[in-house]
Amino acid sequence: MSGIIYADNAATTRLSRCALDAMMPFLTDDFGNPSTVYAPGRTAKKAVESARFKVAAAIGAKPEEIYFTAGGTESDNWAIKSTAALKKEKGKHIISTAIEHHAVLHTLQSLQKRGYEVTFLGVDRAGNISLEELRSAIRPDTILITVMTANNEIGTILPVKEIGEIAHEAGVLFHSDAVQAVGHIPINVAQMNIDLLSLSGHKFKGPKGVGALYVKKGLRLPSGMHGGAQERGLRSGTENVPGIVGLAAALEDAVTHIDANMTKVSVMRDALIKGLTKIPHSRLTGDPVNRLPGTASFVFECIEGESMVLLLDQNGICASSGSACSSGSLDPSHVLLAIGLPHEIAHGSLRLTINEDNTQEDIDTILEKMPRIIQRLRDMSPLWEEKNAEVK
Amino acid sequence: MYSEKVMDHFNNPRNVGELKDANGIGQVGNSVCGDIMKIFVKIEDGIVVDTSFKTFGCGAAIATSSMATELIKGKTVKEALRLSNKAVAEALDGLPPAKMHCSVLAEEGIKSAIEDYYKKQGIELETVLKADEE
Repeated sequence: MSGIIYADNAATTRLSRCALDAMMPFLTDDFGNPSTVYAPGRTAKKAVESARFKVAAAIGAKPEEIYFTAGGTESDNWAIKSTAALKKEKGKHIISTAIEHHAVLHTLQSLQKRGYEVTFLGVDRAGNISLEELRSAIRPDTILITVMTANNEIGTILPVKEIGEIAHEAGVLFHSDAVQAVGHIPINVAQMNIDLLSLSGHKFKGPKGVGALYVKKGLRLPSGMHGGAQERGLRSGTENVPGIVGLAAALEDAVTHIDANMTKVSVMRDALIKGLTKIPHSRLTGDPVNRLPGTASFVFECIEGESMVLLLDQNGICASSGSACSSGSLDPSHVLLAIGLPHEIAHGSLRLTINEDNTQEDIDTILEKMPRIIQRLRDMSPLWEEKNAEVK
Repeated sequence: MYSEKVMDHFNNPRNVGELKDANGIGQVGNSVCGDIMKIFVKIEDGIVVDTSFKTFGCGAAIATSSMATELIKGKTVKEALRLSNKAVAEALDGLPPAKMHCSVLAEEGIKSAIEDYYKKQGIELETVLKADEE
């Protein structure tokens, strides 16, 4: 990927060197199955337990509260479906938001079909929920509140700590999909009142296909996968040893350097925001202040997002869009509609997500190319012609 | 995934921009759905002597506009009216299933521009099509 400016780190990240180095032995000589008793098995088992220790330390949990999974989606499915099963005697009401990732949204919709009731809290222009609204949505039969830590499309960081407090005052369990947040902003499950938390390796320079679910001690969550009783009987299946080791190495590295990375990345993000919102008829999406350090998300009027992504690609820049054409449906993303953008403006969304491996030169190149790309598409847009006619 | 041809027509769109001396203009689609095509035609002696487009939309919308205008340029109006969305998609070496509606829009855009041309002559497109069938 040399010569390419990668600005889609919310989609996935490049595997870090330290993660690769940590994984290599387990992809080669140390191939043992952690469930076996002989030496190679013990080596693998030790590596998995050491990884569990590191992941726990990174999010303020105890090692026995960490369960490895195949990724964020599995963690979300498991947390939500199993809580629903566990608490069904108490009730069948769940509270969530209108801006959750599909891994949460579609899981909740599957529960709706099975007789569960879900309240999706709306969000304001910045993507924030109202805590008052959350409080008044809680009912005696509410069993779970699931709210993401930070949004994947607009970068808004949600008030997770306060949400957890409200949940616990009401005796309701609290799950947070923290896939975009872990490794990028400080997370402490104990301080943040979180009972269940999903994370994914490849969002913080770990490998793909591996994630974890934090389950607060004492919570007797039903098994997410039946079989050989790995992960203390809760998540069967032979452990993805190289993946688990890589995830832990990447997370340890991310957390060690989190302050420096946040500073470096947010400076570059702010340069992108400052530069690109200078383009006429453009605006930032998401919370202007309380946002992920690496997420710069926008809408540009009168042009369509996928076209922007394709032209950026032609210029060697990888980015993404929440337009209908990018989502494979006729509607723009549910997140952009939830923050109140009209359809025609939501179609012109662009998301640039950077991390500490990006450079100021990357930012300068993006800022240099973007105005030309936007002008090129506007020049061929009948909507732009109409907009200019209105002005005149 | 787009074909090489789609990418070529997206990256180097043919016939893009306003046609100053167009005698037929059609606009189809809407901004809510995320695709708008405006097609310009200049018709002389029953021939589409020139054509162009302006499009708001995704890669496929721009590529189908480009290809559709290429396919009718220099053709008779009757031939242009017979242009099908399938022909546009095939000429582009296919479109992803979710993008086929872009080719439909291109076909409709061409028809709409020609309809506008006839309307300016005081002729309904329906009568032209009927006469064509007979």
